[in-house]
Amino acid sequence: MSITLDKIKLSHGEFTLTADFKIKEGQKVALLGPSGGGKSTLLSTIAGFKIPDIGRVLYNEIDITNMPPAKRPIALLFQEHNLFPHLSVEKNVALGINPTLRLSALDIKVVKDALYRVGLDGQGQKMPFELSGGQQQRVALARCLLRKQPILCLDEPFAALGPALKREMLDLVKEIVDSTKATLLMVTHQPEDASYITDQTVLIADGQAHSPIETTKLLANPPIALAQYLGT
Amino acid sequence: MAHSSQPIRPIHFILGGSAFALLLLLTLGTVIALWWHAETSVALTPSDWSIIQFTIVQALASASISIIIAIPTARALSRRNFRGRQIILTIMGAPFILPSIVAILGILAVWGRSGYISDLIANFGVGPINIYGFGGVVLAHVFFNIPLATRIFLQGWSAIPIEHFRLSAQLGINTAGITRHLERPMLHAAVPGAFLLIFLLCVSSFTVALALGGGPKATTIELAIYQALRFDFNLAKASQLAMIQFALCVVLGGLTILLSKPIHFSQGLDRKVERWDAHEIQYRIFDVFILTIVCLFLFLPLYSVLIRGIIPLFTLPATVWVAALNSITVALLSAIISVAMALTMSALIIRLAHKYQTASQAMEIVSFLTLAASPFVIGTGLFVITFPFISPFTIALPVTALVNAAMSLPFSLRMILPAMIRAESHNGRLADSLGMQTWTRFYIAIWPRLRQPVGFSAGLAAALSMGDLGVITLFAPPDVATLPLIMYRMMSSYQLEAAAGVALLLVSLSLSLFWIFDKGGRLEHNLR
Repeated sequence: MSITLDKIKLSHGEFTLTADFKIKEGQKVALLGPSGGGKSTLLSTIAGFKIPDIGRVLYNEIDITNMPPAKRPIALLFQEHNLFPHLSVEKNVALGINPTLRLSALDIKVVKDALYRVGLDGQGQKMPFELSGGQQQRVALARCLLRKQPILCLDEPFAALGPALKREMLDLVKEIVDSTKATLLMVTHQPEDASYITDQTVLIADGQAHSPIETTKLLANPPIALAQYLGT
Repeated sequence: MAHSSQPIRPIHFILGGSAFALLLLLTLGTVIALWWHAETSVALTPSDWSIIQFTIVQALASASISIIIAIPTARALSRRNFRGRQIILTIMGAPFILPSIVAILGILAVWGRSGYISDLIANFGVGPINIYGFGGVVLAHVFFNIPLATRIFLQGWSAIPIEHFRLSAQLGINTAGITRHLERPMLHAAVPGAFLLIFLLCVSSFTVALALGGGPKATTIELAIYQALRFDFNLAKASQLAMIQFALCVVLGGLTILLSKPIHFSQGLDRKVERWDAHEIQYRIFDVFILTIVCLFLFLPLYSVLIRGIIPLFTLPATVWVAALNSITVALLSAIISVAMALTMSALIIRLAHKYQTASQAMEIVSFLTLAASPFVIGTGLFVITFPFISPFTIALPVTALVNAAMSLPFSLRMILPAMIRAESHNGRLADSLGMQTWTRFYIAIWPRLRQPVGFSAGLAAALSMGDLGVITLFAPPDVATLPLIMYRMMSSYQLEAAAGVALLLVSLSLSLFWIFDKGGRLEHNLR
């Protein structure tokens, strides 16, 4: 599914953000830039949590600017609080199939398979607090896997993890996205994360989200705003 | 706890120690004196049992109703964004420093024999409402505690991570699902503590029982103590009842502290509303309905008492102005004592923490336990202790100031102790490295960071003391009064107009005192 941001402008007090570009179907895109620059705001706009002051958001050329978040074909992963603490791992994943949690035997099998795919085989009965931070994010990824949405958005979900674990998670994301042919948007402030799994990068700095550029090219020859951020 | 390398000087022991000793004397010493005087050998009479029963039943009813109304109110405030929301949130904090007798006068203006509601239903041929007794006591308690419970639950709603609402929106979880997955678990954790706290407050709210209760069917334990002391002069009976009240408060207070989370006064309840559920018309109608009803219920009495007070304010008798002077004196004394105790005890607690951690923690916990102490029990104890030596009449005002100070101490301590710990850890070491000592060190390095909480605590203590109508009723002779007491006397002789004038004066003075102290604490801060 393609995403078009048509001359979008958002402002909140001093803060403004403009964006005007298109992301093609099936691309893996990093949203890179300094913190406070508007990365998460842009993601919130695409997911429907924030409505732009001016401009339109389109999915496959259909205007969805005012569509509520629940109707949008997006799976979103936050940095934390992705799981409901009072529900077991299995139920947290099952929310991806049926938000009322009325599950058939087949549903339960599907949930178990998803947990197996993210490497949490047999951990379904545990509660979120019994898991490590990395394991909790795996559970959330398992849920994204079941929702089979054409767009997957990650809002720095692995920022709190160590380098080795992070790489492992990124591999898992890549595998999921490749198998479902989803479009990936990933907020990050680490250029190495961007180059590890994304094809293109949107640089967000000084209130502007620039058009996507091939990640390797961008990092090899950074424009001034990026160079300042990278310190090169 | 701060890792202060500050030496403990004798002065810290003397000041902090005596403040702590005073607190123990007031809370535990009075109970020992009561124990001494109580008719422990005499069994409780059937009328005593009915008093105990009434106290508990009205508190259960009041707490239940308050909670049942507060939950949908807090939910509506948490998920709706509208003009005036901020004002409602601010006014929800007001009953805490609003003198209870003023609120009761307002409740009478709305619900009394000749109040708005009685006038309204008279058109339909229904007789006037009788506000006195069980119904009135519960109504007043619900009035006082809906705002408190609403604030507690709003904190619960604010504590739900914003991601969980976004996640629910993403997954298409509907309003019922949000109730099930987000709101019910939060309430499950918040309700028991809130219930117990309100139950405790209703067990020991003397003013409400005094003004709206009475008679064989509607007497609380505290009211019975008052009657035993003032009318029957039966010290033994009063002591026995005070012991029962003490036991009840200790049990309830202990449970409350175990179960409830601390209430933050300034924590942001005004988080931006970001919700994607409950847009269906039935939820909107329900929210508008509950907020309208609750706002009318809360604001109408306050509005009517303040409006009615304007004209009588200019014709108040001279005795009122004398009482006003008494009230201001008591409030100022109480604020000074409370803050001085909190400062000296904090200094000692911080210094003890370094070497004697257990002692420091014990001191901190005991100080907070005062929250569960009944000022009325303390007052009765002081009456029993001082009576053989001195006429209670002569010490009415100092005793009131002292007991009020002890009552606001837990609040002062909760604000000043953390601020002092922060000041020590931020500025203390720098001051030490520069060789600052004793008063210089305190004045230059520590005090600037304490001004604000000290100002706020002093303001709160002054306002609370100004509006208190408890201990003063036990001690005051007929010709001495504070503003709340003179108001009560006017109300008992049906001078409601004059009482409204005093109410307006009382509210203005107590808000002014609060404002002056609070502002004073911030003054220098703003200049820099």
